[in-house]
Amino acid sequence: MTFRKYLVLVGVAVFGSVGDTLLSRGMKDIGTISLTHLQSLLLALQNLWVVGGILLLIGFFAAYMTALSWADLTYVLPATSIGYVIIALIAKFVLHEQVTTARWIGILLITSGVGFVAGGPALTPLPEPEGETEHQREPELAMRGQS
Amino acid sequence: MVTASVTGDVLLSKAMKQVGDVGDLWKNHGMFRVVGNVLRHPLFALGIVAMAIAFFALLFGLSWGDVSLIAPASASLTFVGNMIAAKLFLHERVDRRRCIAVAFVACGVALLAF
Repeated sequence: MTFRKYLVLVGVAVFGSVGDTLLSRGMKDIGTISLTHLQSLLLALQNLWVVGGILLLIGFFAAYMTALSWADLTYVLPATSIGYVIIALIAKFVLHEQVTTARWIGILLITSGVGFVAGGPALTPLPEPEGETEHQREPELAMRGQS
Repeated sequence: MVTASVTGDVLLSKAMKQVGDVGDLWKNHGMFRVVGNVLRHPLFALGIVAMAIAFFALLFGLSWGDVSLIAPASASLTFVGNMIAAKLFLHERVDRRRCIAVAFVACGVALLAF
């Protein structure tokens, strides 16, 4: 795992959590949207918080797809769960929401899970053909990328 | 919702593995090649459709259940479902380390509801 790849994982967590927070903030400005007045959703696109949230969520999706191209799904999902912790910390220190003891325990469990998985290998190696040495998936992926 | 979300994640992961390392592809062939390869991949399109179904299923679930139950329950079940599906369909090595990590995160996400 290179520094750049760790940055991509951090990007997944940060873009996703901050993007959701901005969307939430923007939609609270707009108020409840009724199914009979869906056109008011178009008003949401004029809200700067919503636009910012959408841009960050596009960044989240790009980073998520990038991470999936070189790491297992079962590595990326828990490794980027630190986003849930970021949302809770934003709720506590920026939005001044109440964070209960159960939530702090939940944050601790998530952080432990992230630490557990991030310390291990990111990609499952290909099965070793008989008589040949073990090789990683990345050279095959690089060959596919050039085709 | 969980089934569609897991299906979407697995399909997207499979598609991106077949596209190849995005960083290397970008460096050697440029951004447009990366975007083109991703968008042309049929599993990517199917994955997006599955994610869209999951989103509408979530909206349906929220129409009859509290968000404080639906959101963490579906997120936790999705974590576990992704682990099982990745082992079965993506043949990923889900060792004890990853099982423990998924269990911790799933429980932690559920506790965030309280």
